[in-house]
Amino acid sequence: MTSLRIYVVRRILLAIPTILILLTIVFVVMRVAGDPVSAILGGHAPAEQIERIKEQLGLNKPLYVQYLEYLWQLFHGDLGRSMIWGRRPVLVEILEHFPATLELSISAFIVSIFIGIITGVHSARNYNKPTDHMLRLYGIVTYALFIPWIGLILQLIFGVYLGWLPTSGRIDTLMEPKHITGLYVLDSILTLNIPSLISAIRHLILPSITLGIYLSGIYTRLTRSNMLEILRKDFITAAKARGLPEDTIIYKHALKNAFIPILTMMGLQFALLLAGAVLTETTFSWPGMGTFLAERIFYRDYTTVQGTIVFFALLVVSVSLIIDILYAYIDPRIRY
Amino acid sequence: MTPILSFSRLIASLKRISPRRGIEYCFTIIGFVITLSIILMAIFAPYIAPYDPTKRVGGLLEGPNSHFIMGTDSLGRDIFSRIIYGSRIVLRVTLLSIVISFFCGVPLGLIAGYVGGKLDSVLSLVMDAMYAFPGLILAIAIAAALGPSEITVSLAIAVIYIPTYFRMIRGHVLSLKESLFIEAARAIGARDRTIIFKYIFPNVILSIPIILSLNAADAVLTEAALSFLGLGPVTAPTPDWGMDLRMGHAYLAAKIWWPSTFPGLMIVLLTLGFSLLGEGISEILNPRLRR
Repeated sequence: MTSLRIYVVRRILLAIPTILILLTIVFVVMRVAGDPVSAILGGHAPAEQIERIKEQLGLNKPLYVQYLEYLWQLFHGDLGRSMIWGRRPVLVEILEHFPATLELSISAFIVSIFIGIITGVHSARNYNKPTDHMLRLYGIVTYALFIPWIGLILQLIFGVYLGWLPTSGRIDTLMEPKHITGLYVLDSILTLNIPSLISAIRHLILPSITLGIYLSGIYTRLTRSNMLEILRKDFITAAKARGLPEDTIIYKHALKNAFIPILTMMGLQFALLLAGAVLTETTFSWPGMGTFLAERIFYRDYTTVQGTIVFFALLVVSVSLIIDILYAYIDPRIRY
Repeated sequence: MTPILSFSRLIASLKRISPRRGIEYCFTIIGFVITLSIILMAIFAPYIAPYDPTKRVGGLLEGPNSHFIMGTDSLGRDIFSRIIYGSRIVLRVTLLSIVISFFCGVPLGLIAGYVGGKLDSVLSLVMDAMYAFPGLILAIAIAAALGPSEITVSLAIAVIYIPTYFRMIRGHVLSLKESLFIEAARAIGARDRTIIFKYIFPNVILSIPIILSLNAADAVLTEAALSFLGLGPVTAPTPDWGMDLRMGHAYLAAKIWWPSTFPGLMIVLLTLGFSLLGEGISEILNPRLRR
């Protein structure tokens, strides 16, 4: 077996206990520590109603039976059924909302990398000058920005006062492109539906910038510190000595080398991206998993909340698994 | 080393700040001033606030004017007074959550690092799994399951940060465990407990202020986020920044910006205060990272 294959197998085996622990944490939080019945009914319910809900959720069984049943169901890809809306399977509902979250995440991610690298490079180039200090402050301030507040300011300026962009939803009514991937921008390109494409992009701009700004600070800081380190290296001095233009040195020589740690951070940022998406979606009524989760919390749809959180957990573990394997593939040193 | 010595090191490094580091110093001072003002505002709320934050005192949705400098909300309550009182709940939750995560994370980290073996492996595995999980979503799960109250929300926020303390402390202990002065302590027959608390703990204490302030910044954001999502520690009419932002958000389309913008601004300011403080402390305490 090649070293890569050994690494992949070992990494997958290591993911199993992580998944189990996360599932157990969710179980403990939701069933053992939490009180689903009073969470659903609000604490002043008649006894027979409590019994009925307990029966419905399987809460009248011993805890270990509940735990095993919970794992067994998950093992079969069953996230349970909603307690409202005609008891639809939770997984089906999640998958309906997932493309919206994915679309927002991808475009916010692009925005954040773009802003982060430009500001970071600019900051390193102007090291210890006022521009550098301002951009460093930017790196700190973005971390402190409360997503609904950035969203609100953007909605106020570009939506309410200037009226340039829509402030809620994913697309204008009746403009949805034919369902292929569920990503409206991609679907409208695939079906050559120009009006839908324009509408989808217009709706996407403000939420992506909101989430993108929030995530960009970390890339600003990382790009800056990596660029500073690289710019002091001999090969940069050599390039300068050869009389290469500064832009060429910065972008072709230095940035390329500063990029690997930035890539690593992109993987680590995934969890933050998901958490940020929940708030961004709620602010912009973006019909993704975050809005879905918030809505079901409001309706005390207990099983759906639990299922969605399990889904988030599995998503995070799988993404970190994929990223680790990708790195091992790109950089052989990681395998050992 | 005793704690007193570590603190004198802290003071000494504060004095050694070169003029070149002036900008860090500046950031730290700004962070300190913001944080302190908001804390003072919370303590002296009844003396500063011009009106009762829970009572109707003016017209509905009045814009900022000479009577109500930040305007009134949809129920005719003074937004300025609500903001002043709102600082109390967020600071209480932040403080409580920091205390919980500190007193869970630090001892667990000390023990896991010092004892090692199976206990360490299991604890590390659990903590790593928790660390990988998106913090806000874990907090949502806990707050939704336990039902929102001040204690449960603090607990939900605390859980997110326990792994951070644990990992940092454990790493420190592992690197210190084999050092000469620990061996010397063992040689003179010091008990494990003495070694952990008298020899190791004072040496890791210096890295705690950084995490503490970042933890505070995150706690403020998470509290605001939970309130914004309807899982906050208080119910109406008690003022809470995240909840007020959410309620004011509904009037945005009518160009009524004041009920939501001001509470949001306060969330950002307080978080910024804590993170600037953390930045400054970390720059000052870790000269190696300076450049």
